[in-house]
Amino acid sequence: MLSVTNLQVKYGNTEALHGISFTVNQGEIVTLIGANGAGKTTTLLSIARLGPPEGPKIASGDIVYKGQSLLNVPPHEIVTKMRMALAPEGRHIFGNLTVEENLKLATFARQDTEQIATDYQRVYDLFPRLVERRKQRSESLSGGEQQMLAVGRALMTGSDFIMLDEPSMGLAPLLMYDMFRALKELNSQGMTLLLIEQNARIALQFAHRGYVLDTGAIVASGDAKELMNNPEVKKAYLGG
Amino acid sequence: MSVRFTIPTALCALLLGLMATAQAGFLGQYEVTFLCTMGVYMILAASLNLVNGYMGEFSCGHAGFMAVGAYVSSIVGVFLFVPDQVFGQPWLPMSMAPLAFPIILATGFASAALVGLLVAIPSFKTRGDYLAIITLAAGYIVKSALENIEAVGGPRGFMGMKKVVLGMEEMFPMSWMLLWVFGGVVFTVWVLRRFVYSTYGKGVTAIHQDEVAAEIMSVNTNKMKLVAFMLSSGLAGLAGGLYAYLIGFVNPASFTILRSTECLVMVYLGGMGSLTGSILAAGIFTILLEFLKPLEQLKWVAIPMLLIVLMQFRSEGIMGNRELSDVFPKLKRFYRFK
Repeated sequence: MLSVTNLQVKYGNTEALHGISFTVNQGEIVTLIGANGAGKTTTLLSIARLGPPEGPKIASGDIVYKGQSLLNVPPHEIVTKMRMALAPEGRHIFGNLTVEENLKLATFARQDTEQIATDYQRVYDLFPRLVERRKQRSESLSGGEQQMLAVGRALMTGSDFIMLDEPSMGLAPLLMYDMFRALKELNSQGMTLLLIEQNARIALQFAHRGYVLDTGAIVASGDAKELMNNPEVKKAYLGG
Repeated sequence: MSVRFTIPTALCALLLGLMATAQAGFLGQYEVTFLCTMGVYMILAASLNLVNGYMGEFSCGHAGFMAVGAYVSSIVGVFLFVPDQVFGQPWLPMSMAPLAFPIILATGFASAALVGLLVAIPSFKTRGDYLAIITLAAGYIVKSALENIEAVGGPRGFMGMKKVVLGMEEMFPMSWMLLWVFGGVVFTVWVLRRFVYSTYGKGVTAIHQDEVAAEIMSVNTNKMKLVAFMLSSGLAGLAGGLYAYLIGFVNPASFTILRSTECLVMVYLGGMGSLTGSILAAGIFTILLEFLKPLEQLKWVAIPMLLIVLMQFRSEGIMGNRELSDVFPKLKRFYRFK
């Protein structure tokens, strides 16, 4: 479904990714794990085509999604035409809008009114907590609820491919498991997920396949179970 | 009568009232000019509010766009209706002037909107302070360019617009400028209100809140910024055109950084993200400028002082980001959207 080949990415003159390749197949949960500064977020920003000043610049390589290269697709069309959504790092929700308004905003460019109604239901079924908070300003939500909202908002764009940047960040362990269970549930409904995580243990537990990113290069890849038992990965990311 | 016509009716009544009092001689040349200046400032403040208030970028080159509009509409008007040593004989008889005047203003609008691209395109790649510097530079580029174009008088300025206004008054004696400025203010407020409160215009507010989030929520931020910058500078150009015909004379020295600063002061005085605030602030500001005239240079101490006091006690401006209809919700039944 998504294949990234030999992707080289720069911030100014600094190369952040030194030619990485990976694929995501339909219906999979694929995770990219790695430490701070490994290039995980950079990879997602490149796929979402978010360029300078905030994002990186693609120097070479290709990103192909559903048979089409994304290199010449502008960022808003990644959402509207390619139907890929990003739940970014730090959530980036609109704090002074209510939960409902945040979800509504994600349908900004959609025309399929009936599908939108079922998508609301889907989000509220997945995260019942958001129902209680519907009319509440989203900056007053807890971290976990805000993350739910960020994922829910990605869903509301009508995408069938969601990229998540550290959904576990700043969440209590219990909430973290709730979040991942919801993602698994979403995946069983047919959603393809590309997941970025620092918390390698939980990511590998829920993903089908994984790639290990280290300072801009992929150093290991394979089945999630395999990776979990890989001694190198164990030593570096799973605490021995 | 249905309530939905209340606002247009009220506006027509206000315009007729103003025109009639002017006609009857209760409003002299001074009062009319004062009211018109106020209207020009209202357009400037409201249009700058789109970029600085609603979109949250800091643009400080508004005078530059105003200058472009002022010069272009002056040149077009003089070229069409006035014998001039550079442009030769007039192309159209003066009797066409009242009909052609909106077109003259529209050329000012369009040209200023085009120059707005000067700022819009860099805004794709830069943010915050750097964009502010670019807008400042754009203002200076326009001013220096005008100073060096001999055909429009260079630093001496350009005139002849008064003849067009006088020509219109000869045909039908009434204060034409009052009519045009009134129309300009109504047009500005109407366009801006329709824009920022439309679903499409919500994208502008989304950029203000969080540009990355807007982008990943399928807002075409580049196009949105292009539209907002062009609309804002275009309306500044309209204000410039009206100003030129009101004063009858334009020179580069009228469009310095001081003029841009006045626009900024009005936006912050009225409240960022409030059209009502901008209109109100423009009114108050013009009155202040006029009443403090006896202070001469000290005026520029008194007005900043007022601004400091305002920031101390009401930092969000007079209206904050509320509109008149938020303060008096009952007004809402007099108009409706969509």
